Amino acid sequence: MELLMAIVIGILFMAAVYLILSRSLLKIILGTGLLSHGAHLLILTMGGLGGTSPPVLADGVTDYADPLPQALILTAIVISFGVTAFILVLAYRTYAEHKTDDMNLMRGDDEHD
Amino acid sequence: MINLLLFPIILPFFFAIVLLFFKENIRVQRSLTVIGLLAALTSSLFLISKVKADGVQAITLGSWPAPFGISMVSDMFSALLVTTTIIITLFVVVYSFSSIGKERERFFYYPAILFMITGVNGAFTTGDIFNMFVFFEVLLIASYLLIVLGGEKRQLRESIKYILVNVISSALFVITVAYLYSVIGTLNMADISVKIAEIGQPGIITVIAVLFLIVFGVKGSLFPLYFWLPGSYAAPPIPVLALFGALLTKVGVYAIIRTYTLFFVHDIGFTHELLLVLSILTIIAGCIGALAYFDLKQIIIYNIVIAIGVILFGVSQMNESGLSGAIFYLVHDMLIKGALFLLIGIIIYVTGTSNLRKMGGLMKTHAPLGWVYLIAAFGLAGIPPLSGFVGKMLIVKGAFEAGNVVGSIIILASSLVVLLSVMRIFIYAFWGKPVELPKTDRRPYRSMMIPSVVLVVLSVLYGVGTEWLIPYMSDATDVLLQPSIYIDAVLKE
Repeated sequence: MELLMAIVIGILFMAAVYLILSRSLLKIILGTGLLSHGAHLLILTMGGLGGTSPPVLADGVTDYADPLPQALILTAIVISFGVTAFILVLAYRTYAEHKTDDMNLMRGDDEHD
Repeated sequence: MINLLLFPIILPFFFAIVLLFFKENIRVQRSLTVIGLLAALTSSLFLISKVKADGVQAITLGSWPAPFGISMVSDMFSALLVTTTIIITLFVVVYSFSSIGKERERFFYYPAILFMITGVNGAFTTGDIFNMFVFFEVLLIASYLLIVLGGEKRQLRESIKYILVNVISSALFVITVAYLYSVIGTLNMADISVKIAEIGQPGIITVIAVLFLIVFGVKGSLFPLYFWLPGSYAAPPIPVLALFGALLTKVGVYAIIRTYTLFFVHDIGFTHELLLVLSILTIIAGCIGALAYFDLKQIIIYNIVIAIGVILFGVSQMNESGLSGAIFYLVHDMLIKGALFLLIGIIIYVTGTSNLRKMGGLMKTHAPLGWVYLIAAFGLAGIPPLSGFVGKMLIVKGAFEAGNVVGSIIILASSLVVLLSVMRIFIYAFWGKPVELPKTDRRPYRSMMIPSVVLVVLSVLYGVGTEWLIPYMSDATDVLLQPSIYIDAVLKE
């Protein structure tokens, strides 16, 4: 199971890198979304996929899933959610000001803004 | 007062929350920010004396036993950095009163600064690797707000790049923590150190060490990863630039120092050799940039890169002189970079441009500014009585002890380049034929001079009072050299 997850996460990272290297701003943001999906799945996988019950105390259950990675993922999800919301609004504002979403045209140098 | 080490984190956080309620009232914003920072400064000075008297301070939140809860640990190294952070922020805030403009002040400028300080101080104090990630995000999200606040075209363009680079490096941080957790099975930094020592750093841990170097190298602008820094830092207004230049990259440097002295100390031949090579390349890249530009901001920004290289070169020696030199130089560099950015901010305000070719003869009209700038420039280059000297001398001494003669010579040569780059600003801006200055109000100039001059005076005192500081620095070095002190303090009983 871990091997399958590793391959899937690898594909997610591959797609994320490909999208981040593209020219369109929106594709780049989609890439960061895939990147954080990959990272979160990686925490889950690296914590081990053993354990049959959810980490909720109940009578007679001894084989729990590791609760720590789930807490870490929950933290990382809300953080990346906040950052993604911010970067989307920022991209919208940048598009409104610069009239382009092509990163190659957003270069600018120090002499001319 | 077992919670003393939390006060420098909680106080700015508390005041930032209170400030959110007084968005329009600039006077309340200003006075509460200064009060909050003064309170935090007082508590951090108490913290230093407490750490000096009783050794490393550690608490575990919620009274859970050590590896299971989140530990906060304050050794002398982090206590010194926390204090320096608050001092610099205080001066930058006072400087902002007359330079940032009412519009920005009304849109959560001061709360953002205080939230950023919460993140910086938290990252300096935490004893948990995932908690460090969270504090990194706290300071990064506040810095996203600060870099884009104002919404000028250039700011929008550059902050997209800044945020993108940091999102990617944050994802990499999460990935690295996940790998470390799967190998070690714990997140507490002291416990990680113990477990790594037990298994004697196999290859996978060395891979994780290199991943950490990449993560923190992006934050701290190490050689192949510094590409985002010059463009992004030139975009925001000067007080924000001063905060970023003095604090943010240093958090990355602190994280590298902490992980490379606490975790990854069993395969120094590979990890620290890599750090050595990268730091030398960082110095060379910074030197090229510092000489290439005729833009005030860019020259000082590339000087940040050089200083990062010098500090990490000291760390990579892993002997007493090298590490204590790195600590000396780190605190010095935070103070002097803050001061220099504030000073060039005044030059830009007076001349109305940041292009060196368009200015000249300021010595006739603004002599005090010229002399203070000259002292700060000499301090940066490390002329003996001033603050940059001791740190660099110890680093070079450590390098000679470890047998890195070539590296030491590059460090010494880089000092010449640093001196040349900042003296070029002095010669172009203050000597030569006076150019016509735009009409500017004299009052903001004076009120901007006060915090800058005090900061330069502090850096001079730091250089002159080295002997008085040595006991503190040697305490900080001891903890870095002997991780057992840190581990015993956290995993007591």
